[in-house]
Amino acid sequence: MGYIFERLKRSLSKTRRNLSSKLENLLKFRGKINSEVLEELEAILIQADLGMKTTAKVLEKIREERLKEPADIKPFLKRELVSLLLDCPRSINLSASSPSVILVVGVNGVGKTTSLAKLASRFREENKKVLLAASDTFRAGSIEQLDIWGKRIGAEIIKHQYGSDPAAVAYDALSAAQARGIDILLIDTAGRLHTKKNLVEELRKIKRVIGKKKKEAPEETLLVLDATVGQNALSQAKLFKEALKVTGIILTKLDGTAKGGMVIAIENELNIPVKLIGTGETLGDLVEFDRGEFVEALFSS
Amino acid sequence: MFEGISVKFGTIFKKLRGRGKLSEKNIEESLKEIRLALLEADVNYKVVKKFIHEVKERAIGEAVLRNITPGQQVVKVIHEELTRVMGPENNKINISSRPPTIIVLVGLQGSGKTTTCAKLGGYLKEKGYHPLLVATDIQRPAARKQLEILGKELGLPVFGDGRDPLDICRGAKDLAISEGREVLLVDTAGRLHIDEKLMKELKQLKKVFQPEEVLLVADAMTGQDAVNIAQAFEGTLGISGVVLTKLDGDARGGAALSIKAVTNKPIKFIGVGEKLDAFQPFCPDRIASRILGMGDVLTLVEKAEKLASEEDARQLEKKLLKDAFTFEDFLSQLERIKKMGSLQDILGLVPGLSLPNQALSFDDRQVVRTEAMIQSMTREERKVPHTIDGSRRRRIAQGSGTSVEEVNRLLKQFTQMKKMMKKMGKMGKFGKERFLNFGT
Repeated sequence: MGYIFERLKRSLSKTRRNLSSKLENLLKFRGKINSEVLEELEAILIQADLGMKTTAKVLEKIREERLKEPADIKPFLKRELVSLLLDCPRSINLSASSPSVILVVGVNGVGKTTSLAKLASRFREENKKVLLAASDTFRAGSIEQLDIWGKRIGAEIIKHQYGSDPAAVAYDALSAAQARGIDILLIDTAGRLHTKKNLVEELRKIKRVIGKKKKEAPEETLLVLDATVGQNALSQAKLFKEALKVTGIILTKLDGTAKGGMVIAIENELNIPVKLIGTGETLGDLVEFDRGEFVEALFSS
Repeated sequence: MFEGISVKFGTIFKKLRGRGKLSEKNIEESLKEIRLALLEADVNYKVVKKFIHEVKERAIGEAVLRNITPGQQVVKVIHEELTRVMGPENNKINISSRPPTIIVLVGLQGSGKTTTCAKLGGYLKEKGYHPLLVATDIQRPAARKQLEILGKELGLPVFGDGRDPLDICRGAKDLAISEGREVLLVDTAGRLHIDEKLMKELKQLKKVFQPEEVLLVADAMTGQDAVNIAQAFEGTLGISGVVLTKLDGDARGGAALSIKAVTNKPIKFIGVGEKLDAFQPFCPDRIASRILGMGDVLTLVEKAEKLASEEDARQLEKKLLKDAFTFEDFLSQLERIKKMGSLQDILGLVPGLSLPNQALSFDDRQVVRTEAMIQSMTREERKVPHTIDGSRRRRIAQGSGTSVEEVNRLLKQFTQMKKMMKKMGKMGKFGKERFLNFGT
């Protein structure tokens, strides 16, 4: 636990530094909480990509609680933000009957394939048998990319030609997984904007097709979100959830200066738990999300 | 979530109009809403603050002085300021008189560098140049392969041999010179702006090859962090321009304003789709409308202005209000719209109509068929559509060379359209005036 915390803290160090140094300044403010302090607080929260709605909600709470001392803001904020996040387990759902199927979806360039490789690598470390399905048959080079990852990780891969039906790849992969006694099947899909109806429909087809072969599958439909994305993340989560019943989120690129604050609104409004966060480019840079640690790491100094 | 903004604007301007005169106080009120809209569009907090301040100064002076339709005045000021800040339009690519010209694409992971590299290659090829695509991303597995496949699709050569990016560029330059390729498009590995080692690598590349262009490729969906990213790339590396990608989604693209505001480097192109030709010059005024959440209402107004006389508009408005809109009117509207360009484009410009599968989402060929169907109706039928029964529908279908289903669909669409127009008429005096008066 301590290890994960340190990592998260390190990966969130930028966020933490930004937020807490500004927050610290704010706390040094002599006198009572006034509109100036609140405006400063608003600036801090918005710049962390918390979004207008969440920010307004938190500020409103501070007014309601009639907090007077600036020093009270920090503990209050922590509590408040933690309570906006879901109180639920964050582990990956695996079913008792192998293979468990994990479908990975998201818009272009968020880091689906890399996250999938990291996830596969985690399972490999647990000595699970992993199979990768190259259902991104659209983007040039995607199959080779997954192939290279598979070799590095020691996972087999099922692939077809570019331009072939992604659902057919997934179906073949599931058949192979069943035949080979695979524990976990990870399906990589092509990036697509959540607004492209026909492309999202293609993902629904993948789900349908594998559902025919194994009733519970996919056990997880993970949406990959890029922490640098702003308010649009909410729209992405909403539309993907509507179409695919997303069961969890992987939040990537938290090792930059982006704050990933939209996650709070997403969990709060859409009830989709963030399960994992990506904190770097190496295979080990994927850690479980913990709301307490997340907020703690945001604010601890 | 997003429709909200247009609606909100609707109410702001309603408020403003109701007063007739524009005071500092009600400008401030509306600017509060505009501030919210900008923040919701992901424009950076500080940028918004500065922008609002500037607009306020200008709006107070102007609007009070002129005292004509203040609401329009305010939106005009905001839109103009936004356009001004993001402009001037500049999508020139510097081509050196001493070839080869070197263009380097940089950015975060997943911003779309490789795709942009290929798209820009295709764009320059169309302009008559002979680009060489250079794959220096040795970090991401199969990045070179990706560029090779895209290059093949475009009929452009790709070079990627070498130990490291510098070595690859050296080889590419030699090849370009020997084969008479006058433009090198260098794709680089995605990197975080705070990754000192990789940023140093880019600095080195820039120092050695003195590229004519260093373009920052940025995702239009980027949130508040856009300023940090842009500032870092401009500060440590120095960029000559920006390409904004993934604008085909529903992001409002506030990052455009943030990036321009902190770097003052032109946004030259935008990526609007996965196809290799989905690549356009950047238009500040279009993005301004998008950020404001108004569709391209101003473009629409401009286009419509040229085509409709005020008299027509007034009559149409009356008819709409009396619910007397007939197929005759529909036909003349179709004629007018046809003159304005592709129907799909026009509909895309109307705020609040951005949702897919709206009642009006038919294509241009459909317009011709629709006209044929209306022309196959009798005068009476055009006026009182509900008299069109089964046998009349069959006759109309035969007369227009269509099918009964299509006639049914048209009748249904017409009813829906009437409903929608009525709704638009109610969108507040401001909205109605924009849409129906076609003027300012």
